[in-house]
Amino acid sequence: MTDQTSIAPQTVNAGDIKTAIEALKQQFPDWVQDDTRQGYSGVLVDRNHLVEVARTMRDQYGFDYLSSATAVDYLGVEDSMEMVYHAYRTSGGPALVFKAQTPREGAEIPSLIDVWPGADFQEREAYDLYGITFRGHPNLKRILLWEGFDGHPMRKDWKEPYYEEEHKPFDSRWPKGYVRRAEELNAFGKNVKYPADLDLSRLNDTSEEALYSGMGLGVDVEKLTADEKLKTDRLVVNLGPHHPSTHGVFRMIVTLNGETIESLEPVMGYLHRNHEQIGERNSWLANIPYTDRLDYISSMGNNHGYVLAVEQLLAMGNRYQAPTYRAEVIRVLMVELNRLVNHYWAIGFLLNDLGAFFTPSLYAIAEREKILDFFEAVAGSRMMCNYMRFQGVYKDLPERIRGVANLVNDQVRDFNTMDYLTELINERLPRSIDELDFFLTDSEIIKARTIGVGYLPPEMAIAYSCAGPLLRASGVPYDVRRADPYSIYPELDFDVAVRYHGDIYDRYLIRLDEMRESVRILKQILPRLERTQGEDFFAGNKSIYMPRVPLGEAYGRVENPKGELGYYVVSQGDPKGPQNPWRYHVRAPSFINLTPLGQMCKGQKVADVVAILGSIDIVLGETDR
Amino acid sequence: MYGLGILKGLGVTFKHFVATYTADVRYGLKRYTGDKFETRQGVDATGIYTVQYPEEKLAVPERFRFVPFLVVEDYDHPDRPGHDWCTACGICAKVCPPQCIWIVRAEDPVTKRPIAQPEAFFIDIDICMNCGYCAEFCPFDAIKMDHDYELASFDRTWTHIHDKERLSKQFSYWKTIAPTTAAEEAEARGGWEHIDVIKEKKKKAAAEAQAAETAAAAAEAAASAPAAQQDEAAAPAAEAAPAAAGTTDADAAREERRRKREAALARKHAKDQDEG
Repeated sequence: MTDQTSIAPQTVNAGDIKTAIEALKQQFPDWVQDDTRQGYSGVLVDRNHLVEVARTMRDQYGFDYLSSATAVDYLGVEDSMEMVYHAYRTSGGPALVFKAQTPREGAEIPSLIDVWPGADFQEREAYDLYGITFRGHPNLKRILLWEGFDGHPMRKDWKEPYYEEEHKPFDSRWPKGYVRRAEELNAFGKNVKYPADLDLSRLNDTSEEALYSGMGLGVDVEKLTADEKLKTDRLVVNLGPHHPSTHGVFRMIVTLNGETIESLEPVMGYLHRNHEQIGERNSWLANIPYTDRLDYISSMGNNHGYVLAVEQLLAMGNRYQAPTYRAEVIRVLMVELNRLVNHYWAIGFLLNDLGAFFTPSLYAIAEREKILDFFEAVAGSRMMCNYMRFQGVYKDLPERIRGVANLVNDQVRDFNTMDYLTELINERLPRSIDELDFFLTDSEIIKARTIGVGYLPPEMAIAYSCAGPLLRASGVPYDVRRADPYSIYPELDFDVAVRYHGDIYDRYLIRLDEMRESVRILKQILPRLERTQGEDFFAGNKSIYMPRVPLGEAYGRVENPKGELGYYVVSQGDPKGPQNPWRYHVRAPSFINLTPLGQMCKGQKVADVVAILGSIDIVLGETDR
Repeated sequence: MYGLGILKGLGVTFKHFVATYTADVRYGLKRYTGDKFETRQGVDATGIYTVQYPEEKLAVPERFRFVPFLVVEDYDHPDRPGHDWCTACGICAKVCPPQCIWIVRAEDPVTKRPIAQPEAFFIDIDICMNCGYCAEFCPFDAIKMDHDYELASFDRTWTHIHDKERLSKQFSYWKTIAPTTAAEEAEARGGWEHIDVIKEKKKKAAAEAQAAETAAAAAEAAASAPAAQQDEAAAPAAEAAPAAAGTTDADAAREERRRKREAALARKHAKDQDEG
């Protein structure tokens, strides 16, 4: 946000990035140059020397944390593809953005997995969806789609079988034509426009063979017995995709030696719907309700990240007005309540995974319910909130939580909103957090199951681009709210929770710490809400439904309950300001936090896998997108 | 002491268990009614409390949003009973993220020119994601999010495409389910009527005021006519006369449009009955 009328300026190390870029350009004059396109920032790096430059960035300039790596297809604009990287310092500050371009035909870029192992899944995703080959990647397989899928769906020239139109609003739906059910419209044999070169015989799923290859299966038992005294064989166990502990359709292929885990490979994509391509067909505004459905436990945070990203773009134009102070206060209120919702859920279900079947979850959910009631009264929906808008929020807080009974329902529940909030924040939530603490923290069973299990060292947590509680439980005090502040967080008083042991127990404890910090923030929000009562909650004209977004790129990141949630959006094409995003990428914390899962589980017992996965806290809607 | 942590945990569980029953006993038979119900759902509640759906239902808040409905004028409205508030401008269909709205604009049967009314209006509730954008961006307050969330049916095909008849609900229904919001919207519009009606009334009032003014000016001019400045006074009166004629023309045109619209409605009604 450039307009700083209501927000404290963000000056953390801002000059530093420029110095780093200048030094880099001096060091590699031929390979590094400024990205001079309108609305773009950062540098373009010669792809043949990408690894060297990246290593220098990490070692000499301290950009040790690769937040996001994603591809963009510029078909029709520059006829090239590029990889966009956002690297940060774990000591805080804004991003060093660098890009490597490659021709679309035979797209190839060197892999950065040696520099930042956290690039692993993200490069596999880019390979899967864009068909960019990453030279030097040890395990370059599809990650979201199945092996044998024809084509790379995020490419701009790829059309799905039921392709309708490039952009919404679809002409086919309005105003002419007869009304059809969506199901009929998309039924097999109707409206199927396969690409000309699609060969159906090529659509055969080879994922299974690909998955099991390299697992060391088919061990020669005779040969093993010669070396080992015990006649033993490795056993492969598929945990999931339908397993209650995976919190969705997620699968882990585990190779066991006895009960000890030798290797673990996560398999995902069962809930893949190409969210990013849907986002690129939507109008800018229409994406907000779709972001609700990423991490459906914390939709307010998802809204916030997307809105921040698009506001950065809007701020490049001249019609932009920064959100009012009240809007920012309400946003922070919602996001912090959402963090509580998520952590209640995470703790409850971690205990479920440990075998405390549903008693702790239900106690946690009962508290969450009170917050959801509030969301429902303000935003209209308990989970799919769709509450934030560019330059403001959907509506101000209502005066009363429940107005009147309606025709469908006959019971009346009526609370004054501010009273409800005050009581919730000052009494109910702190009490229930203390109760959870009292209930669980000292339990010998929990300690026995969690202390020292699933250890993640801090260096590895940084290298693997982990974020959120997973990173901070390993002793890295990195919180986007402090490291790269947004909204009104600079003026709020709170601490970044850190724990140092990096095991499941600390990941549980850090969630309790964060909940207490959130309550602390909320207590500071209450007087601000009182003070701004009646002020505008929206800046500008609220009736604009097709905002024209200036050309450029932006990366909006927020500290979501599960980790750093980033949205990389590109506005490109129509010079007047396109109605749809050219690129809409979600840096999903649940997805990237899974990168070290295999490492964390190695050497542990098979019963611990479920607990380790539970302690990472993933939501498959976001992992698979 | 080893095992103390577990005992503490069991204590919490037992406390919850007891709290559930003490609250039941304390409120007795009234536990599901009135303010008792309210307390047990509020932030003061203790114990675990179950709502016996579908016998008991929670009240949803005003802003609760479910599949949209179309606002039509009350059926006992004196001027335009059952008239659509929708003007078929199509903003809801354009803004709809999953594109689940179809509108067919009505046509004038004689001139074949479109009139500001929906001939047909469909929402595929299988696709609708209940985001509420249509209601938020409708400039005529003609589409609103409903509170009726019990839409289960025995047929999964055509019953899930809601047509105009199914979607239409009286304006008084909206006032019942969301009184505060309805009042806010009415204030923004400047009255409880449809925005077009309000505009029309305003225009009429302005025209009447102008006509009265013109008449007054003419009278004054007539009064001052014998005086020296007769030529100058005649000019504004002459100007005013065509203006007054203009208003009557506009009135006639409006009358004409209204008649046509009614004819179109009658025709549509007849067609519906034929089909039915």
